[in-house]
Amino acid sequence: MKERKIRVLIAKPGLDGHDRGAKVIAASLRDAGMEVIYAGLRQTPEMIVEASLQEDVDVIGLSILSGAHMTIFPRVLELMRENGMDDVLLTGGGIISEEDIQKLEKMGTGKLFGPGTNTNDIVAYIKEWCEKNRRAVEKEEVDS
Amino acid sequence: MDDPEKIKKEKERWQEKMRQKSKERRQKFVTTSSEPVEPLYTPDDIADTDYLRDIGFPGEFPYTRGVYTNMYRGKLWTMRQFAGFGSPRDTNKRFHYLLKHGETGLSTAFDLPTLMGYDSDHPRSLGEVGVCGVAVDTLKDMEIIFDGIPLDKVSTSMTINSPASILLAFYIVVGEKHGVSPKHLRGTIQNDILKEYIAQKEYIFPPEPSMRIITDTMRFCKDEVPGWNTISVSGYHIREAGSTAVQELAFTLADGFVYVEYGIKAGMAVDEFAPRLSFFFNSHLDFFEEIAKFRAARRIWARRMKEKYGAKDPRSWLLRFHTQTAGCSLTAQQPENNIVRTACEALAAVLGGTQSLHTNSMDETLALPSEKAVKIALRTQQILADEIGVAHTIDPLAGSYYIESLTNKMEQQAEVYFQRIESLGGVIPAIEKGFFQKEIADAAFRYQEEINRKERIIVGVNDYIEEGEKIDIPILKIEPEVEKEQVRNLKKIKEMRDNEQVKSCLQKLRNAAGEGGNLMPRFIECARVYASLGEMIQVLREEFGEYRETAVF
Repeated sequence: MKERKIRVLIAKPGLDGHDRGAKVIAASLRDAGMEVIYAGLRQTPEMIVEASLQEDVDVIGLSILSGAHMTIFPRVLELMRENGMDDVLLTGGGIISEEDIQKLEKMGTGKLFGPGTNTNDIVAYIKEWCEKNRRAVEKEEVDS
Repeated sequence: MDDPEKIKKEKERWQEKMRQKSKERRQKFVTTSSEPVEPLYTPDDIADTDYLRDIGFPGEFPYTRGVYTNMYRGKLWTMRQFAGFGSPRDTNKRFHYLLKHGETGLSTAFDLPTLMGYDSDHPRSLGEVGVCGVAVDTLKDMEIIFDGIPLDKVSTSMTINSPASILLAFYIVVGEKHGVSPKHLRGTIQNDILKEYIAQKEYIFPPEPSMRIITDTMRFCKDEVPGWNTISVSGYHIREAGSTAVQELAFTLADGFVYVEYGIKAGMAVDEFAPRLSFFFNSHLDFFEEIAKFRAARRIWARRMKEKYGAKDPRSWLLRFHTQTAGCSLTAQQPENNIVRTACEALAAVLGGTQSLHTNSMDETLALPSEKAVKIALRTQQILADEIGVAHTIDPLAGSYYIESLTNKMEQQAEVYFQRIESLGGVIPAIEKGFFQKEIADAAFRYQEEINRKERIIVGVNDYIEEGEKIDIPILKIEPEVEKEQVRNLKKIKEMRDNEQVKSCLQKLRNAAGEGGNLMPRFIECARVYASLGEMIQVLREEFGEYRETAVF
């Protein structure tokens, strides 16, 4: 059986238009063999979750530099829960303080990355996460 | 007398010797923009340069050595720190703080809702009010921001694009209230929509109506606000988005040419508006590449303005520019090191002949700058100005074989880009085809790959790393209370103002947008009766439509 490629949605929520990071990450994930859906700018949490459902993604990656992360990440998480997306990873990066990263990770986001991150580390993190969680899904299927 | 041929031969001999005798510590030496750098530059590298034709004298065509005759021996550059956060009151306080510590011009940062034309109470503004800059909804906010600031003495720059003319209208009315005539106001609105489509993406309307708003502003200001720079044609954001130095140079100047062409097409004489166009560049890490970029920019602009657009007034030939050190060069790791990076970048800007300068604060990859961080950034400029002697003589690096050959090379590479843009049908069609966006995204990706592979060393990021480092500098936090207070204040104003008058002024704005009258006087009328920025922009959204880009990566 041919393994399905990891599908990632990259989006920039909020009003900020600085998309350098989002694009560099999108290109890095694509080069690493993932299927990247680049949703682009000014995505509301509703639009992001809707698109992720439609595209059946494994991972949502958000780039936020504007300081609005404490509003946006929790809202996306809430919508993901409402839509039963427990098997989807929410990760991201931007200008986010260590303190806020800890709060958000406690709320249920995956790892969040700051400036200066090697994009290979992000690739490795996503691959590892998908390996673990896909195996979990398969196991469940075997068990039932 | 030097014989270039003979020097070239001798250099080849020397290079051969160098190759045999020593190993180089890197496989290749490249600039920040990945351009190769030779081990040595000699007179033969600039053999085609004609001093009087290509370099000349400061304040004289083609202005390679500087736009003013006396440069910093007359007056230092303006020290202008970009500031704005939280409520209008917070920002007013920061402005007074900066002026007290020797800043000589103001520069206003607006929050994202303001940049995108939404009021603080709009659902899309949630979580963003006062966070990246100061929130401005109505004239009232601008009255508070500039409270106690002598508008006839201080010049003010405003980083705002789609709604730029509305912010200028607010500023004009604040001036009226201070008893300062628009004729005596000095400052700049960024108002450069083309680089928004290309790089920063804070656009609202499609290109054509956006260009119309801009030409309206140019026409209004040439008569009514003659001391105002109507556009700050900006490379800064293009560079921050990841472009190379040459891309920044070429795309910015190409944008500048479009504004000139639209001004002429709108029926103005080039010399009526061109003297009020100014520029804004990035100063990145590669010291010599940046200096050469600034020098090349002046020469290209002067030549084009004179030779292609037929400008006769020498002021139209001058490329006057503001510089900001490169935000994207700062690191979140070991943030104190950013002070050194910024100092080097600022020095390049000074040696490149900038007219004004913003030095980034060390903490800007973590948050908006704290008072302490911004003071060190300002002090950096003061040290460059007063302690190290670089402002004593004009363009001291002229005649350096490297600097002059790099200046020539960057000019030539920019010309190649101009031709490519031309072949795509011009700047606006090239934007719509995603040409600039793709060029920049590719360069940004390449840069990141070089860092990943450690071909490019960034101290604290991919070398000299301190594991488990704790950030030990104060961080400015914007409290969510700012948003609530701003929304409350806006509500109060909407209750107190004469809403009939507001309605009638907005209707007049709508009519002008549809029928083609100049929008500037309409914005000023709306401003006077406390119509909000969001209300004015909403009228224009309905009349002009909104722009959507096709994203490329």
